[in-house]
Amino acid sequence: MTDVLTIKNLHVEGRPPGGDYVPIVKGVSLNVRKGEVLALIGESGSGKSTISLAAMGFARPGCRISRGEVWLNGRDIMALPPHDRHALRGDEVSYVAQSAAASFNPALRIGRQVIEAPLWHGAGDAATLTAAAVELYRKLDLPSPETVGEKFPHQVSGGQLQRLMAAMAMSCGPDLLILDEPTTALDVTTQIEVLKAFRDIIRDQGTAAIYVTHDLAVVAQVADRILVLKNGETVEEGPTNQILHAPRHDYTRTLMAAVRPAPHLVDHIDPAAAQAPVISVRNVTAGYGALTILSDVSVDVPAASVVGVIGESGCGKSTLARVVAGLTPLREGTVILDGKPAAPAVRDRPRAALKDCQIVFQMADTALNPRQRIGDILGRPLDFYQGLKGRERAERVAELLELVDLPRGFASRFPGELSGGQKQRVNLARALAADPKVILCDEVTSALDTVVAAGVIELLKSLKDKLGVAYMFISHDLSTVASFADEVVVLYAGRVVEKGPSKAVFSPPFHPYTKLLLSSVPEMRQGWLDGVADTSEARAASAASVVIGGTGCPFANRCALAISGTCDTTAPAVRDLPGDLQIACHLPVAELPVS
Amino acid sequence: MSDVSDHGAPRASVFAGLRLTWTAGLAGAILLFWLVLALFGPWIAPHGEAEIISGTTFAPIGEGGLLGTDKLGRDVFSRLIYGVRTTMLLALITTLISFAFGVTLGFAAAILKGWFDVVISRIVEAFMAFPSTLLALVVIGAFGTSITVLVLTVGLVLSTGVFRVSRALGYDIGVMDFVEAARARGEGTWWILTREILPNSMAPLIAEFGLRFTFSILFLSGLSFLGLGVQEPAADWGLMVQENVGGLFLGSSAALIPAACIASLTVSMNLLVDWFQQRQQGETVLEKIDQ
Repeated sequence: MTDVLTIKNLHVEGRPPGGDYVPIVKGVSLNVRKGEVLALIGESGSGKSTISLAAMGFARPGCRISRGEVWLNGRDIMALPPHDRHALRGDEVSYVAQSAAASFNPALRIGRQVIEAPLWHGAGDAATLTAAAVELYRKLDLPSPETVGEKFPHQVSGGQLQRLMAAMAMSCGPDLLILDEPTTALDVTTQIEVLKAFRDIIRDQGTAAIYVTHDLAVVAQVADRILVLKNGETVEEGPTNQILHAPRHDYTRTLMAAVRPAPHLVDHIDPAAAQAPVISVRNVTAGYGALTILSDVSVDVPAASVVGVIGESGCGKSTLARVVAGLTPLREGTVILDGKPAAPAVRDRPRAALKDCQIVFQMADTALNPRQRIGDILGRPLDFYQGLKGRERAERVAELLELVDLPRGFASRFPGELSGGQKQRVNLARALAADPKVILCDEVTSALDTVVAAGVIELLKSLKDKLGVAYMFISHDLSTVASFADEVVVLYAGRVVEKGPSKAVFSPPFHPYTKLLLSSVPEMRQGWLDGVADTSEARAASAASVVIGGTGCPFANRCALAISGTCDTTAPAVRDLPGDLQIACHLPVAELPVS
Repeated sequence: MSDVSDHGAPRASVFAGLRLTWTAGLAGAILLFWLVLALFGPWIAPHGEAEIISGTTFAPIGEGGLLGTDKLGRDVFSRLIYGVRTTMLLALITTLISFAFGVTLGFAAAILKGWFDVVISRIVEAFMAFPSTLLALVVIGAFGTSITVLVLTVGLVLSTGVFRVSRALGYDIGVMDFVEAARARGEGTWWILTREILPNSMAPLIAEFGLRFTFSILFLSGLSFLGLGVQEPAADWGLMVQENVGGLFLGSSAALIPAACIASLTVSMNLLVDWFQQRQQGETVLEKIDQ
């Protein structure tokens, strides 16, 4: 078969502020044949996105393609004048970005944006192009394909928008499709429908594709070949099967080792011995303005244990952490910290209560004040809660840095001088500086590379053993929670649907939603996608989207087992099951989903 | 990552980190020139501020003084040098006043929110609804033409714009995670304002200061031209234009030279602000790429 794209000895350089050009991509060569999907994998900073952009002859502002050839359909596009190169984009090659929400213009109807590129290239008039787009919507399995183009971007769900983004990229019938982390920002249940749509349309149209991702399990589902990158250089290249099962290079093995097994394959932790709760959230209802996010949520965090809170985006996980921290006022219910009821607002809480419960935010980049040195960031809570000053304070800052495995010298640096993983460690050290009884971890590993995230999880575990601190660990990553949490709370649309010891939650019987979540976590097994996408659960789940604040069971509209007349009208009561498990579902125990 | 070398820039030598464009360099040189004249004016100027050196009024360039004489036969060159002092000093004071009011109230509104924000914002909007020159005319007309009234009035009128900018900055930065972290720790409003929000809004505020300074020069010169600003015999560029505008019909450049000086000062300041903003934005764009 012929090569659609050949890149020979590509060098890309980037210029940091005030500096000289430094190499980002150092001599990478690759080729993609017709109908083939090549995956580029690597950690952030490995140059995978830069290479995928170079395949269009494009370099981001501040970067330049310094050397190398990019052959697309038998032409060296680097030799073309800029105008001709521009004409190729959206015609012979198209690009799907990570965030569809950021790529669509919110002020224009979807249909108009989908046909914009072919219309610009003169591929036909608006009517024929719209008809072709409707055909694409149908192939991508979008609901009501005839009318979806009439909608505005905010009127469809995130997963649908990502598929519409694919429709936009495919509308010009490209020979090469570049997908840059297209499912990374999506929830696992949504990821399945999008992955399947992408894979089917690539097969159907015989398009060549470059798939950029850091998620090996996703790669196993879509790629024919894999190119492993590190620091802008090729580490290893080979067929998917070989890379996944017989990696030759050590770095590839490190990447594979950082992948956590699917939650039902983890040896779950036994429930911790009963301890007095350090946080007790009782029947809390909270929200913003007229919107109710959490309704009637009760969660206990026993001392020196880990309680995982899982659920999809928008389910109220972060709101729960903010309510406990006093940042978002609650409307009903109480938060009890270490046996004493806490004031709803942070400003009404005494310092001793604030000290015991610290919060760590998801984005380490924005959680540290860029104008303060690490020493000041860590020193402030020491001063604030314990009155430490001067030499004593500096000594404690150094100890804290060592506690999170960072060199003492980092105290004099600014956050901008640290990598993402290092920032997250400082973020954690700031919480530890207060010497708290419990730390609220809000998606602390979600923005990190798998290898770095694994390191942070290990650190959290060792700190728990060393200091006896408890965590409320909020995450959408079930595998991490399963391997780490003593107890698990599953949230859906602001309600607790299942909770109990992690062993009981991750083994049958399941709440139908827990079952869906578990089965949606991609496995590093080729062909997993085909098995899971065709189940009745997956189909029911992708047919509708989350409704917050409706009547009845919130999951009823996406549940394959919903009992009509009951689930959609009456909210299920929380039932106690053997093994300390609590499930909110109308189904009789015998009919709850197993394995 | 190569973060260490990239972000070490602020600690490197000041001049290496500046990365001046040629327009910014030229603008900086012009501003420096005026600043030196303002500081050492009395020693440089060949004649006194109000000294009449010639019987000939509106003498052309080269005759009488270096740049000719004005309507009373005073040296235009000397008055220009004295004028830069008045013009820049008054502009600086009014801009400082506008920032003192605008930034304090703007950040207070952004942090305290609620009724305080509503009341202050509506009052500021009411002031902004008036054309600023008209507003200044009314106030100065009511309280008389003294330097104190002039400076306070212009400062207050300009502070409305500063208020809007600081309030927006305060709202933007106030929802960032590091501010939330400070709130969760239990920090008071004063700490959050001075340690978390203010240091992170310095760059846009410095740019805003430059723009307000420019605007304040134009505003003050305009008022002086209307006879409501600086009063004779003191020298001010706006006033000099007004004094000598009659000479235009006699072919004298005595009114054009101070006008050109006002232009050189304001255009230079604008160019410098442009460069500063581009540099700030450029850095953020490049930081994103470097990831």
